[in-house]
Amino acid sequence: MIPEIGQLSLIVALCLAVAQGVFPLVGAQMGKPAWVAVAIPAAAGHAVFIAISFAALAWSFLDNDFSVWYVAMNSNTELPIMYRFAAVWGGHEGSLLLWVLLLALWALAVAGFSRGIPVLLRARILGVMGLISTGFIMFVLFTSNPFLRLFPAAANGNDLNPLLQDPAMAFHPPLLYTGYVGFSVAFAFAVAAMLSGSIDRQWARWARPWTTSAWMFLTAGIVLGSWWAYYELGWGGWWFWDPVENASFMPWLLGTALIHSLAVTEKRGLFKSVTLLLAIGAFSLSLLGTFLVRSGVLVSVHAFASDPTRGLFILVYLAVVIGGALSLYAWRAPGLDREVGFKPFSRETFMLLNNILLAAAAGLILLGTLYPLVLDAMNLGKISVGPPYFETVFIIPMLPLILMIGIGMHTVWRSASATAVLRRLRAAILVTVLAGVLIPVFIWGWNSLLTLVGFVAGTWLIVSSLFDPVRRMMGTGPRITRGMAGMQMAHLGLGLCVLGITATTSFNIETDQRIALGESVVVGDYTIEFESTQMVTGPNYQAIRADMAVSKAGHPVTVLHPEKRIYNVQTSPMTEAAIDSRLYRDLFIAMGDDLGDGSWSFRIQYKPLISFLWLGSFVMTLGGLVAITDRRYRSAARSTDSAPEQAARANAG
Amino acid sequence: MSRFIVPIIAFVALVVVFMIGLNRDPTYVPSPLIGKPAPEFVLPLLSDETQQLGTKDMLGEVYMLNVWATWCVGCRQEHQALMDISATTSVPIYGLNWKDDPEAARSWLVQLGNPYASTVMDLDGRVAIDWGVYGAPETFLMDAEGIVLYKHIAPMTMDIWTAEFLPRIQAAQKSAP
Repeated sequence: MIPEIGQLSLIVALCLAVAQGVFPLVGAQMGKPAWVAVAIPAAAGHAVFIAISFAALAWSFLDNDFSVWYVAMNSNTELPIMYRFAAVWGGHEGSLLLWVLLLALWALAVAGFSRGIPVLLRARILGVMGLISTGFIMFVLFTSNPFLRLFPAAANGNDLNPLLQDPAMAFHPPLLYTGYVGFSVAFAFAVAAMLSGSIDRQWARWARPWTTSAWMFLTAGIVLGSWWAYYELGWGGWWFWDPVENASFMPWLLGTALIHSLAVTEKRGLFKSVTLLLAIGAFSLSLLGTFLVRSGVLVSVHAFASDPTRGLFILVYLAVVIGGALSLYAWRAPGLDREVGFKPFSRETFMLLNNILLAAAAGLILLGTLYPLVLDAMNLGKISVGPPYFETVFIIPMLPLILMIGIGMHTVWRSASATAVLRRLRAAILVTVLAGVLIPVFIWGWNSLLTLVGFVAGTWLIVSSLFDPVRRMMGTGPRITRGMAGMQMAHLGLGLCVLGITATTSFNIETDQRIALGESVVVGDYTIEFESTQMVTGPNYQAIRADMAVSKAGHPVTVLHPEKRIYNVQTSPMTEAAIDSRLYRDLFIAMGDDLGDGSWSFRIQYKPLISFLWLGSFVMTLGGLVAITDRRYRSAARSTDSAPEQAARANAG
Repeated sequence: MSRFIVPIIAFVALVVVFMIGLNRDPTYVPSPLIGKPAPEFVLPLLSDETQQLGTKDMLGEVYMLNVWATWCVGCRQEHQALMDISATTSVPIYGLNWKDDPEAARSWLVQLGNPYASTVMDLDGRVAIDWGVYGAPETFLMDAEGIVLYKHIAPMTMDIWTAEFLPRIQAAQKSAP
């Protein structure tokens, strides 16, 4: 009964999504206020019914209703209750339902928190989101229905993939999806502006907090995924350039560019067409990520072969959404940009270069991700593109970008003097060179030129981000708004990430060891003794746990307990790495295979500064949060009757 | 003006590539078994676990082997097609019940109908590994000497049956003495 309620609610939500999509958009074009007024109630109803539908699926999981096929495939009576809830988005069907739920919630937020936005603009934004949702719900209902019954009901379920049975993995998809879907708001802003034919600085100011919010969720989601890979996959790597990661990283890069481009559009009324294109691009890549990778349609033979209709549906959907927006762009974008000059050395130039470099990085990653597919489609053979390609094409645009950020932050709009900026930053440059070169060489010794460049770049970001706040504290700097503080924090966080990445990749010690019981090995400054093993019984797994005593120069540091688990239902062995995490280093031990005669293989890693990566990402995300609390967004939300509304009225009238 | 059209043109090109890619299976590798003798097995029958059936018993006529399981959605999807096919052809379809619960498998056949000449149980999945099965459903076609003629991955449909299986079956029956 409950699954049927979910199914029916989804159908009701589909009808409301159609209403939310059609009436406001048509009404806004034709000048029918009554139709425009449908937007908010429709968005609210849509959200309510999607929520009921999602709750019904969650209930089926919590209730162990194995007569529902999707539940039987992804859950088990032995599965702990928290993971039974997380299992709702453990497979293709449920993760799509989560996507639709988040879309509805974003639309609800737009309806609720944008009272200052002109009625027509808001109606169009909600309308576009309604149309996006319509296609998605149809996809769920017609090709990926999570409420299908299994007859006869299964006695017990297939269990959730053990890889996903982890707290980080439980929260990773919702965060990531909230980011993906959040870019639909920026996309809807762009399409709404193109429909009305007018885009101005107010529009950019309204769009900014929404874009930054989505970016924050995406950042947090990506980092959580990376962190999960780091300790759950058991190899100690944190980024693999696989299609799933690339799919989340590409919208992040374009979203970051969009944030900066919106800033220029707001402050200077420039880069309008670039901003529109980035808004379309960021959401398009999010869609690509959701469909082509997450759902496994193009990479996994099973999802693909079992239902070719899915692939066709997705392609048509992408063609309509992205193709429609890009056609609108080809029609409306010409004539938006005016010829306002800015000098070659100005903040505008730095922002432009920033956008170009970020978009280039995203484009090259997209190329590497799609290239094997394209080659195969053209019958040119099957290849795969690996990390060496991605690392190269990523570092080439990123290094100059990082060096430029520090200067760009301290450059004014329109026209600046390069010598004046450099003179002002003299002290910062000096500190950077000294700290960035000497400290790493003192701690770790000389490694390579690229390592040195990495340390200098990271230090430069940190020093230049702290430059204004420090001067302010000394009483000589300009007043710092929330927006500026957020920007400085985000760049500071990026600097911490760069330091973490550089130190980890350059000075990582990684060793695979055969260790017998009672023996010890030396890794870096640490001595690790394999003391004992014991059997452990978890709620739905059996495990062997090792006790590894870590000491440094004779002093005990900690005892680590890596585990090797066998889950009862899906019987695949899983490695639970044990990590001793300090600010300046991680010590990572993963248990390999039983080699007989009481010895085991272990993978032991010493990772300097890897916590800077997580810390930096956290600071970056926090920077976004600080930026969106800037006072001017609140005052902007209150201002009414702006130029776009007048233009929209004129257009509609 | 022209530079604003570039994105949509690039996107259309991408859609065309996907359109072509959609009809290709990106991870499809032709089965190395085709043209070779089918891997041998002797397995217990689903209907009577004390009885066994092997590949040797299947020789002498063109036959099909369908890998299925009750936990497999694609198998449920293709079941009616298999029922229809078995009703119209004299070619026996053998079932390889893969890593399944025998009780559930038996009730499946009672409820949905039994298109199989016989079904054998591959409880631990070893035979499926020999056959290169990497997901159910898969359907193999063998000639009278037990040479693998064709392998279909994904649910069986009437279209696939008429386009891929029937011509091969007719050719194999013609060439047989």
